[in-house]
Amino acid sequence: MIDFELGTELCQRRDALRSIARDVIRPISREYDEREHERPTKFWELMWNASRQAELRPGTAPRGGEKSDKARSPEYRNLATIVLTEELCWGDAGLYLSIPNPGLGGAAVAAAGTPEQKERFLKRFREGAPKWGAMAITEPGCGSDSAAVTTTAVRDGDQWVINGTKIFCTAGEMAVDKSEGFVVVWATLDKRAGRAGIKPFVVEHHTPGMSVIRVENKLGIRASDTAALVFDDCRVPLDHILGSPEIQREGGFKDVMATFDATRPIVAAMAIGVGRAALDFVRDFLAEQKVTIRYGLSPRRLSAVERDFMEMEVQLEAARLLAWRAAWMMDVGQRNSLEASMAKAKAGLAVTQITQKAVELMGPLGYSRRFLIEKWMRDAKINDIFEGTQQINLLIIARRILGYSSKELT
Amino acid sequence: MVSFELSEEQRMIRNTVEAFAREEIRPAARPADETGTIPEELVAKSWELGLVAGPIPSEFGGLDDQRSAVTGAVVAEELAFGDLAIALHMLAPRLIAYPVLEMGGDDQRKRYLPMFAGDRFVPGTAAIIEPRYDFDLGDMATVARRDGSGYVLEGHKCFVPLAQESRDVLVYAAMKGEPSGLSGVAGFIIAHDTPGVTISEREKNMGIKALATYELTLKDCRISSEARLGGASGTKLNFPRLTSEARVALGAMGVGVARAAYEYARDYAKERKAFGAPIATRQAIAFMLAEMAIEVDASRLLVWQAAATLDKGDDALKQSYLARNYAAAAALKITDNAVQVLGGHGYIREHPVEMWLRNARGFSSFEGLATV
Repeated sequence: MIDFELGTELCQRRDALRSIARDVIRPISREYDEREHERPTKFWELMWNASRQAELRPGTAPRGGEKSDKARSPEYRNLATIVLTEELCWGDAGLYLSIPNPGLGGAAVAAAGTPEQKERFLKRFREGAPKWGAMAITEPGCGSDSAAVTTTAVRDGDQWVINGTKIFCTAGEMAVDKSEGFVVVWATLDKRAGRAGIKPFVVEHHTPGMSVIRVENKLGIRASDTAALVFDDCRVPLDHILGSPEIQREGGFKDVMATFDATRPIVAAMAIGVGRAALDFVRDFLAEQKVTIRYGLSPRRLSAVERDFMEMEVQLEAARLLAWRAAWMMDVGQRNSLEASMAKAKAGLAVTQITQKAVELMGPLGYSRRFLIEKWMRDAKINDIFEGTQQINLLIIARRILGYSSKELT
Repeated sequence: MVSFELSEEQRMIRNTVEAFAREEIRPAARPADETGTIPEELVAKSWELGLVAGPIPSEFGGLDDQRSAVTGAVVAEELAFGDLAIALHMLAPRLIAYPVLEMGGDDQRKRYLPMFAGDRFVPGTAAIIEPRYDFDLGDMATVARRDGSGYVLEGHKCFVPLAQESRDVLVYAAMKGEPSGLSGVAGFIIAHDTPGVTISEREKNMGIKALATYELTLKDCRISSEARLGGASGTKLNFPRLTSEARVALGAMGVGVARAAYEYARDYAKERKAFGAPIATRQAIAFMLAEMAIEVDASRLLVWQAAATLDKGDDALKQSYLARNYAAAAALKITDNAVQVLGGHGYIREHPVEMWLRNARGFSSFEGLATV
């Protein structure tokens, strides 16, 4: 039966995170935007200790489609993940991304690893000091065209030897040499095999041959480090390849896609958190300015500000429902590639526009760094880019609805 | 707990109505738009689906279905997917039957419900919209004032579907002397030949041309207190809820029209070749279609959310307002894009997309024109 109400337990957990977002994250939000590359270690310690709920950590939620005892997850863990992600990103999206967690590397392990590998690589996030997982797929010469990766993995006895350069690796520095984390690196076993030859490899922290060469300066989400990594004859054990080392004709690249199915709704939720931050701020701001939003009136009777605000509000809700649907589908074991891309495309663009409009609605004050509105506009933009740009997601949606392969619709 | 799945029963209903829309309504849509008439056999056939009689209790001859806004939204979407004008015609009797069902006095229920639970379609309607650019449900210019034991109504309505064909019209008016706003609205069931009621020639509209709509003028129209919906005191009338239900219905119909246009454009783009390949293989077209697909789903989810809130018995005024406005805007954009995808062919009346564009434009005017 159609139902849009979260269960009591999830509401309680959401409210707990809402408090953290308001009382812990928001007060340091501006500071770590201004002091890019500074490390909020106290915040990390707090989150590492306080947030032992697996749902906070993208990548550890089991996929509903798996034949496990969680096949029909009664806790709706993917849905919970995005509900909670929205709360934290309402606080600050950059700080959210910086929280020690399995990250996209963990998501790749969860999507493509064997049960044994999941236990081996993800166990660390339940114990000891804060750790980060990261994923390295983008290269200087290929972004959206992830099937074109040039980083190579060559077998040499009982090891894989990895060579190449990766960029835009979220939390890369923390995963590589500032914690006992790992990086999942996508490399090709055979360039002639195209996307089928591309496989994910887990590279442990401090592995010789892997180094951070740069941490980027960005438009927004400045509290989150984005690293460039070089792999120079970097050797990893054979059993660090996720999934099968066989180059099947069509198989391999699907692992990447499976990862995106899980992470795109989360990115949508991140965007929604930022969008809601802006919306809440503008609502209070307008109320102070004695502007009431008169729901229910004929649109011809509304002021331009009221119409703008309502549009922002309903766009955000539309994005949220699409994100919830995509996550819920995973929870009940349905394939969600189409819906995940829909949620991501919608949320990325809607929130980019919502935050830009929020700056406009506040007049000159919106442009001032006295308020976080301008920051949210900068933070929001990344959600329309990473984990598949707006255009890549439209391409995926178009292929699905038209029944075209990636060769038929390029 | 959150779920995006229709119940087994709702899926069955959807499949039945969808099949009816595809096989019966859609083929009749263009001729109906051109001639302005809907075949009686088609309306009679739709009656067998229990579209109106469903939730009417069996004591009045109905089917005792539990009334659900979500189910209603599903049905409205499918019917409008067939054709908006025909859908509005088939559902028009609900405009009087459902308010009476939910909020009528006992006498009113006994008197009017059996008429809409019989074995054939009986036209019924409500007069809501007024011909003003800033018409607002909560600020009606049609006014009812008490006069002795009865009421006197004055005002001007338009877009009243089947006004001429219906024996009775449910007329909404602001109560004189009461604060404005939705809760100040009263309903009156008026026989269409009551002195003081004038029904115009049939209106000529840009779209939904198959639906007969009329202007209705009330001049010194005197009626008894029994005519007031919700009993003589009118206390049972919950106009905010009726408003929410109407918004859900219209939002769902917007989704139906949008989906029709999206699917047609999608299929056309796979067939139509330019520069040696189907135009759907070009990003310029493919991306438009992808955006249309997203907006169809987004609109539907917003409408369903408002409907689910109504089904829980909660206040859905704001949700239904935002959802309806969103779906209306999306329907206009999607039907316009569908015409664009077909290019010059989209402008020709041989294809239905131009008709859907004309129909979709109306959602900004159709306040209250349907209910779930």
